[in-house]
Amino acid sequence: MAGAAAHDHHDHKPKGWVRWVYSTNHKDIGTLYLIFAIMAGCIGGFLSVMMRWELAEPGIQIFHGLASMVYGVEGDSAIDAGKSMFNAFTTAHGLVMIFFMVMPALIGGFANWMVPIMIGAPDMAFPRMNNISFWLLPPAFLLLILSAFMPSAPGAHGVGGGWTIYPPLSTSGQPGPAMDLAILSLHIAGASSILGAINFITTIFNMRAPGMTLHKMPLFAWSVLITAFLLLLSLPVLAGGITMLLTDRNFGTTFFAPEGGGDPILFQHLFWFFGHPEVYILILPGFGIVSHIVSTFSRKPIFGYLGMAYAMVAIGAVGFVVWAHHMYTTGLSLDTQRYFVFATMVIAVPTGVKIFSWIATMWGGSISMKTPMIWAIGFIFLFTVGGVTGVQLANAGLDRSLHDTYYVVAHFHYVLSLGAVFAIFAAWYYWFPKMTGYMYSAAIANTHFWVTFVGVNLIFFPQHFLGLAGMPRRYIDYPDAYAGWNAVSSYGSYISAIGVLIFLFGVFEAFSKKRVAGANPWGDGATTLEWQLPSPPPFHQWEQLPKIK
Amino acid sequence: MSNGVTNHKQAADPRKQSSNRMVAGMCVAFVGGMVGMAYAAVPLYAMFCQITGYGGTTQRVEQYSDKILDREITVRFDANVSGGLPWDFKPVARDVQIKIGETKQIHYTATNVFDNPTQGRATFNVTPEIAGAYFNKVECFCFTDTTLKPGETLDMPVVFFVDPEIVNVPEMKDVKTITLSYTFFPIAGEKPVAVAPKGDGEAKNVNSDGKAGG
Repeated sequence: MAGAAAHDHHDHKPKGWVRWVYSTNHKDIGTLYLIFAIMAGCIGGFLSVMMRWELAEPGIQIFHGLASMVYGVEGDSAIDAGKSMFNAFTTAHGLVMIFFMVMPALIGGFANWMVPIMIGAPDMAFPRMNNISFWLLPPAFLLLILSAFMPSAPGAHGVGGGWTIYPPLSTSGQPGPAMDLAILSLHIAGASSILGAINFITTIFNMRAPGMTLHKMPLFAWSVLITAFLLLLSLPVLAGGITMLLTDRNFGTTFFAPEGGGDPILFQHLFWFFGHPEVYILILPGFGIVSHIVSTFSRKPIFGYLGMAYAMVAIGAVGFVVWAHHMYTTGLSLDTQRYFVFATMVIAVPTGVKIFSWIATMWGGSISMKTPMIWAIGFIFLFTVGGVTGVQLANAGLDRSLHDTYYVVAHFHYVLSLGAVFAIFAAWYYWFPKMTGYMYSAAIANTHFWVTFVGVNLIFFPQHFLGLAGMPRRYIDYPDAYAGWNAVSSYGSYISAIGVLIFLFGVFEAFSKKRVAGANPWGDGATTLEWQLPSPPPFHQWEQLPKIK
Repeated sequence: MSNGVTNHKQAADPRKQSSNRMVAGMCVAFVGGMVGMAYAAVPLYAMFCQITGYGGTTQRVEQYSDKILDREITVRFDANVSGGLPWDFKPVARDVQIKIGETKQIHYTATNVFDNPTQGRATFNVTPEIAGAYFNKVECFCFTDTTLKPGETLDMPVVFFVDPEIVNVPEMKDVKTITLSYTFFPIAGEKPVAVAPKGDGEAKNVNSDGKAGG
């Protein structure tokens, strides 16, 4: 599409479904990614609200009913199927949110949309590859959804056992086809991400406008470049690991089966060699976005630009040598644990550089509390809370008692559900006028913020208490002693669900009111290249390459 | 970047394109390399466990210890059989108290309670896992596969000693007991566990259910 024909007719834009399905335009593909992420986010959110509904009181509330509705089982087997279903929901919630919500939104959506514009490039380096990157995702997602309806362990459906899919539960523990479908889904989603990463690396290295040196490049482009490298390094290891799972399951290999000389712990090493960088993959683009927003609405250039860029490089690099802090309880020697504690805590240093640089950017700035800024400040606050509990959990001694409790759940939801998701919404409200040309209602958007802020804190702050009191993760039921804070947590999840509805209504309202946003609704503080283009940007931008000062 | 190309046709510039392909090619090579690394991790990890005793991997030695300390340690014996192997497998004595460095022979017995010959292979480790590097086996039935005829009972000796170096390990300072554990797995049972509808006509693997508990 962006081939010869488009060059001759600059405004040529394919019509109807062809424009979207055959799209090689980075903005259209970015839009597709964002729509996909919103839908996947709603499904993942639905799964989590169901789990909170179940956990609102001790005993089994809804899952035996759900199981008999979906799988048609009755009586005691409905209760057993319900318990397995809860595990399947936990697993699916994690996988959907990571691979089909946060990654498509931040990398596929906002990065696809904004990185070429920000570096002064007309499109991505490989537009057709960009198309296949997106279109691999829906089949991957369908496979994952399909796996929820397939038998796994005897009497159970769907992949249970968490997004970490440790063997032997994921091999001999769940012989049914559900796990095979989920593994295939991860393969396809991983291939999609690897192709996307290659595309971003090539685009950022080769297609910057004249004068746009790496050290002048916007921080969001930096964050995406680093994220792409993390993807390139870590995802193949996951692909290798889950391929071994697949062959262990289907072709009689024994990579993780002790009877054939394998070791299940090896999977944990492979998984977390991917899994830890993966959490930085989820958060780094958010760092880039928040830097732009804080700078824009403080009307100041970002404080310590180079420090910010290299702090992300440092986080990405150190992120590869800390994986075993997820495995303190697997019998590592004391010296190994000492190393991983130390290396993990080192990450707090570049992260601190970022937090303090954001605060220093705001310091003495002319701050305007527009919606994106509120979300960005919310991000900084919540991410810091999650960071503090992260430093605690980095300690092997403390982790002994907190491992696999709700304290860990609270920690990673503060950095991801509250951190990454707040960054996504900040980006949404920052770039929505640019992407659509319409201005949303600030009142609705701010209501969305406050409802979400109160909701998610109600969900996850009490989970710190539950974790400290010893409540383990991934169970459908709990002793009565944990009832109080679980009820609070569940109410928080209902409030957050209302927040999602407000968000969707805000989008609908913005499109129906059609308030024209203008090229730059944010004023002098918005200095990156996208604000020099009209809103929405032309189908092909930078036909005259911008001059970078 | 400042070669003066000023319109979006730069994407079609052949020099540009080959440069793009080069970057992409390097990325692809990188991805391939990382997949290779993931697979290389399998033998490397096994080697690593063997050398360091990581994960409670015990050591195989040819020579007895030349030093015996005046300090005792209890070694407990644990026996497990994975589902699907119809063996009655147990240690003759539950535990033994030995001097650190002293070479000791102990016995397990296994009886095949099935009416067919069955073949098993033992995996093993010690707990605490850190003791693996200091638990030296001179002889062990686990070095080879075992076949039992119907009703046959086999005496299975293990000759081992605990390396005197163990007293210098900070993690082992307060440890007075080491547990040596064996799990027998059926050898014939190495079939795929997934009940995926494969073309080979084998609809279900009968062993898979039993293995779930193993």
